Parts: sequence; structure tokens; C-alpha cells
Amino acid sequence: MGRAVVVIGASLGGLDALGVLLSTLSASFPWPLAIVQHRSAEDVADTLPLILQRRCALPVREAEDKDPMLDGHVYVAPPDYHLLVERAALALSTEARVSLARPSIDVLFDSAVAAFGASVVAVVLTGASADGAQGARLVKARGGTLLVQDPATAESGVMPLAAIAAAKPDRVLPLAALGEYLNRLAAMRG
Amino acid sequence: MGSDANDGLEALEIELLTQGIFRHYGVDFRHYAYASLRRRIWNCVHAEKLATVTQLLDRVLRDTDVMERLLLQLSVNVTSMFRDPSFYRAFREKVVPLLRSHPFIRIWHAGCSTGEEVYSMAILLEEEGLYDRARLYATDMNEAVLAQARKGIFPMSAMPEYTRNYAASGPKAQLSDYYLARYDFALFRQALRRNVVFAHHNLVTDGSFNEFNVILCRNVMIYFDRELQGAVHRLFHASLRRFGVLALGRKESLRGTVHEASYTELDPVEKIYRRSA
Ligand SMILES: C[S@@+](CC[C@H](N)C(=O)[O-])C[C@H]1O[C@@H](n2cnc3c(N)ncnc32)[C@H](O)[C@@H]1O
Repeated sequence: MGRAVVVIGASLGGLDALGVLLSTLSASFPWPLAIVQHRSAEDVADTLPLILQRRCALPVREAEDKDPMLDGHVYVAPPDYHLLVERAALALSTEARVSLARPSIDVLFDSAVAAFGASVVAVVLTGASADGAQGARLVKARGGTLLVQDPATAESGVMPLAAIAAAKPDRVLPLAALGEYLNRLAAMRG
Repeated sequence: MGSDANDGLEALEIELLTQGIFRHYGVDFRHYAYASLRRRIWNCVHAEKLATVTQLLDRVLRDTDVMERLLLQLSVNVTSMFRDPSFYRAFREKVVPLLRSHPFIRIWHAGCSTGEEVYSMAILLEEEGLYDRARLYATDMNEAVLAQARKGIFPMSAMPEYTRNYAASGPKAQLSDYYLARYDFALFRQALRRNVVFAHHNLVTDGSFNEFNVILCRNVMIYFDRELQGAVHRLFHASLRRFGVLALGRKESLRGTVHEASYTELDPVEKIYRRSA
């Protein structure tokens, strides 16, 4: 399978959801993870990585432009920038909002598909928008893996439902089970 | 978004497109950061109602209107006044004191887009009593945004955001002191432009043109790949006086670039550096 990347999108309710998901990842998780969590552009205090770090055994960083993308590291999009991935590095952009969002989940997923093709593992979590649905469609169209939080267990089921409507997920699971599934997937392919 | 079918051709088509544009128009996108360039190219393909990047190349080579629209799309022009207020606060606190001892101050805004950053700096310098000895060189590769910048007219709808930004930047007045409201537009006072030179300059193909006390290049080099970033850092290093100040965007850094060792950090969070060698 070669090197893979995990891309995660979360919106309303995402802070808690990400905390649970990341806390279940094994400390030896072998792939880089890139996260878009919608948040206010004025939230420049950069607290999200700190909050997530407390719940996660892997190093969590806010992405900076051209940061090398290291295995087993978690990268969070900074407020007001799109986060994109290339094969070995992260990239940022201040382009216009996409579906009202910057960072946009669709932009992250699209870049991951372009760089990693079928090795992308995309995860759509709780949220009240439809961001991520387009990206989910692209992930599946290229043979990647799509995991969606069970809408019934999400703080807001709108975003998971939109992703499920746009593409056929490989798994629809509650949060803790999503983390376990990622661990197993990585153990099998990694 | 890209096309669904990955035939492995995308990268080749994009290479041919940037090569074609460079050969025919002399505008060089060959070393722009791939991930976001690819996205913007697909936006153009869709806006022109085409299906492939190769079709876009065909159109662009034959129709200068298409080229003009593409140029606008590919050079991301999103900007705002007092973007990142904490940057301007840090500039007042850490850079202004360094500038006070100079009889004459040259500042280069490289990639100034529609000028919001330049007017913000003019206001800051005016308030700090430095504007009369300053000259601001505001450059961009895109003529359309420079024409906007020269006018100093911004949509009224943006003023609430700019007013909030300004208020958080450590100001000495009200933003509304600096503009006249005219229907849907805010006309910034002409006096703010008295020491500003707007000029065309492409960071990829044009060289050094002066020696500066301060260079601001914020949110421009994120669109360049590592190699091109290196070349532009050499250009800036050659254009900056010893102990001059270089300011990058909030999420950019000198880390891993050719001139990392030539600068010390004045403010590591706001990415303000000082040339030391
Ligand atoms: C996102 S804007 C940044 C505006 C402002 N500095 C700010 O931070 O808000 C990027 C600008 O860089 C300009 N640019 C891109 N490539 C350039 C090049 N090769 N030479 C000069 N300007 C360039 C674009 O035309 C655009 O206006």
C-alpha cells in the first residue's frame, strides 16, 4: 500500500469528537494525520492544538507552511488558512472560502486525493455543514478509504449525513470505534 | 476540484500548462506550490466551462482574455486591512523603535495585492510620526490589483472587519478618521498615498531595485515551492540593509530556507526577523 495519510474533517462539536478519536489512536500510529476543524478566523490564540495534545499520545502541531509531514504526527489547520497536503509536506493557502469555510475540509481532502490517490484515509466527523461531502466523493472515486462518524452519535449529524449521501463510506462508526478501526487499518497496511 | 478519474496525466498537463504560459507570455508559475496551484487551475478549467487542463492550455495560448482571467485566478489576491492585528501591534512595539533612529526609511511591500496592507502601514507610520521620512514601495505582479491599490477605495461592507482589526492593532485614532464614506465605498485619504510608489514587479523574474529598511512579504511565498522560496529569499537578503527587518505571514517561516542563519527573530510568533549577516 505504501505511505498513507489520514485526513479528518470536523465542524460543530468537533473539539470533543477529535479529543475522543485522537485519544484512542495507538502511540505507534504510523501515518501522518491532517485535521481541519472549522473555527472562527479571529481565534488566533492557537489553543486547539494544545487542547488536543492533552488527549493524544502522538505529537500535535498547528500546521505551518511547508512543514515536513512526519509519520505519526498530527497537524491541525490554523484558523483562516486552508490546509493542503503534498506527498511529503504541508501547504497553506489564503484563497477564498470554500462553502463559507476556511479552512475547508473539501480542500484538504481534494489535495490528499491528488497526492496519495487510493492511500487516502478520510474521516468525516460531527458538523452542521455540508463541507467534506465533495471531498468524500473524490476520495471514494479514487479508491481511497472513507470513514464517517455515525450520525446518530454525532453532536450534529448534518455533516456525516451529507458525506454518506455523497459517497458510500467504508465504515460508519461511533467515535471510539473509529479510532480502533484506524489502528487496525494501520496495523494491517502499515 | 480535480476530475474524478486519475489517469496520472494531471501532473503532466499542469506542467505543460505552466510551461506554455511561461514560453508564450513570460509569466512563470512553474515553481508555484503544487497543491494549491493545481486547485486554482481546476477552478479556471471549470470557470471557462472546459473539461481538461489541456483544453485550458489551448484556450490560454490563443485568447489573451482567457490569460487575463487565469492570471487573476492564479494569483490569490485575498487580503484585508490590519490583517492579523497582533502583527501590527508587534510592529509598533518592536520595529518602530528601530526605525526612529533613521533619517529616511524605505519599506517594500512585496505582493501588496489591492493595497490594504500598504494603507494599514501608512496609517501606522503616520500615527507613530514616521510617515514623513518614509517611502513605501508597493509591488505586485498583477496590474489589475495594482490599479485597485492606487485608488485606495475599498468596499464599505469590509469596514466593520477592518475597524475591529484596527482597534486591536494598538491604534491612536479611529479608522474612520482616515476615510470618507461614499455610498458603498470607503475612500481613503489621498494624503496616505503621498509617499507610496505602486509598481509592477514579479518576484520570480525581476531583480533587486533598491535597498530597504523593511521588507514585508506576507502570504505571498506560501504560493511558491521550496526552490522558488529560496530564490526570493536571496533577492530579499540582497535588498535588505544590514539590521533591516523582514516580515513574513503568520504561518510562514525562515526555517529550512537558504538564509535562515542570516536573521535573528524579532518576534517569533508574528514572524518578524532582523537581518544580522
Ligand atoms: C494573498 S495576497 C497577499 C496580500 C498581502 N501581502 C497580505 O498579506 O494580505 C498574494 C499576492 O501576491 C501576489 N503575487 C503572487 N505571485 C507573485 C510574484 N511572482 N511576484 C509578485 N507578486 C506576486 C499576488 O498577485 C497577490 O496579490
